[in-house]
Amino acid sequence: MIEIENVRKSFGALEVLKGVSMTVEKGEVVTVIGGSGSGKSTLLTCINGLEAIQGGKITVDGTVVHDPRTDLNKLRQKIGIVFQQFNAFPHLTVLENVTLAPRKVLGMSREAADEIAVKQLSHVGLADKLSVYPSRLSGGQQQRMAIARALAMSPDYMLFDEVTSALDPQLVGEVLDTLRLLASEGMTMICVTHEMRFAREVSDRVAFFREGLIHEIGTPAQIFEAPEKPETAAFLKVAH
Amino acid sequence: MFDTALTLKDLMFLAKGAGITLAITAIAVLFGTALGVVFGTIKAQVSALAAAPLTFVLDILRSVPLLIQLILANAFQSIAGFGWSPFTVACVMLSLYTSAYCTEIVRGGIDAVPAVTRRAARSLGMSWGQDMANVTLPMAMRVALPGWIGLALGVMKDTALVLWLGIIELLRSSQILVTRLQEPLFILLITGAIYFLISFPIARMGGRLEARWREND
Repeated sequence: MIEIENVRKSFGALEVLKGVSMTVEKGEVVTVIGGSGSGKSTLLTCINGLEAIQGGKITVDGTVVHDPRTDLNKLRQKIGIVFQQFNAFPHLTVLENVTLAPRKVLGMSREAADEIAVKQLSHVGLADKLSVYPSRLSGGQQQRMAIARALAMSPDYMLFDEVTSALDPQLVGEVLDTLRLLASEGMTMICVTHEMRFAREVSDRVAFFREGLIHEIGTPAQIFEAPEKPETAAFLKVAH
Repeated sequence: MFDTALTLKDLMFLAKGAGITLAITAIAVLFGTALGVVFGTIKAQVSALAAAPLTFVLDILRSVPLLIQLILANAFQSIAGFGWSPFTVACVMLSLYTSAYCTEIVRGGIDAVPAVTRRAARSLGMSWGQDMANVTLPMAMRVALPGWIGLALGVMKDTALVLWLGIIELLRSSQILVTRLQEPLFILLITGAIYFLISFPIARMGGRLEARWREND
């Protein structure tokens, strides 16, 4: 379970998160929607401790993320994250991209890591690209590889930060299909997204971010059919 | 026309000088690169203010002519009673000199690795060291290689300056032969050819590596 309590985060004088609270249960899929600069992506990087916070508390399965005694490297093993920008390791093949962390971080043998990597890459439809370098992949394939790379660490949680935003429109579908597949398998996920149809379809709950706060949160039916706040309705009208 | 007094023995004398040049180059490039990787990593990771003392020292090494550095270092070590041989002084100073340039090459390479790639590495649970060793430095190396090859070739030629410490390396050997045989053009031609023979494989190896790495980009 991920518990976010009154989290505040600033970049210099700019306060990006102004007291965000939210709980994500095991097996739940929560999508986060909202305008640019509303703090959605920042929240994800705070959850796995890539960013420090200035107030509040984030707890993952009882571990306080920003406690100085917390071993973040250990914690991050169970929180996979995929970013908007492609971030393949360009000097490694697709297979090596996926096996690197299991081998170095978990100390797996090459054979064991290869086995897991092949499984995860098949899962995202890249079984035929094992020995290819990332530069030969399309954007959609690179994102699917990044998903497989995160999954190879057998995370309990997956965070997706606008993973389709940098993609050509015709490549968005294949990545969303991969996310749908994960959701249907019961993976606990937080997805920051601009894909409203996707949000509506896969989410257990949808959180609408506005100006560093969760403005409204509820089931997709609530948020999309009958938003309580006028700002939510206004955002969805434009976003659709 | 090709009537020369140069004997096989003289050629062996040149070859011995070339051996010294090669040895000093190898040591300077090896230690200079090792230090450069350490310093460059520090400079890429800490604030400019925290790195200021290091930057200051490296700037001195880069801006004072190498010849002056060699002679001052040699004088200093004899006053201080270190008892170093000229060869040791040459190796130490050229290593430091190389490290000053290598630092900037390494720093530039590390800075060229996208922040998001490093974030991705860390978010997989890799420690700072694991990220450095497996992702950041290998990526930085590809950026830094052409500059590093240039540095290695430059250092190889700069070793000629150590003749002022009384070391008989390749250039000094050729001078001795020129003085004795009075055939400057022919001997310098041979000496130049030997320098080329040393440089060429380094340059070619660099070109090969670059081409191989480019295939993946």
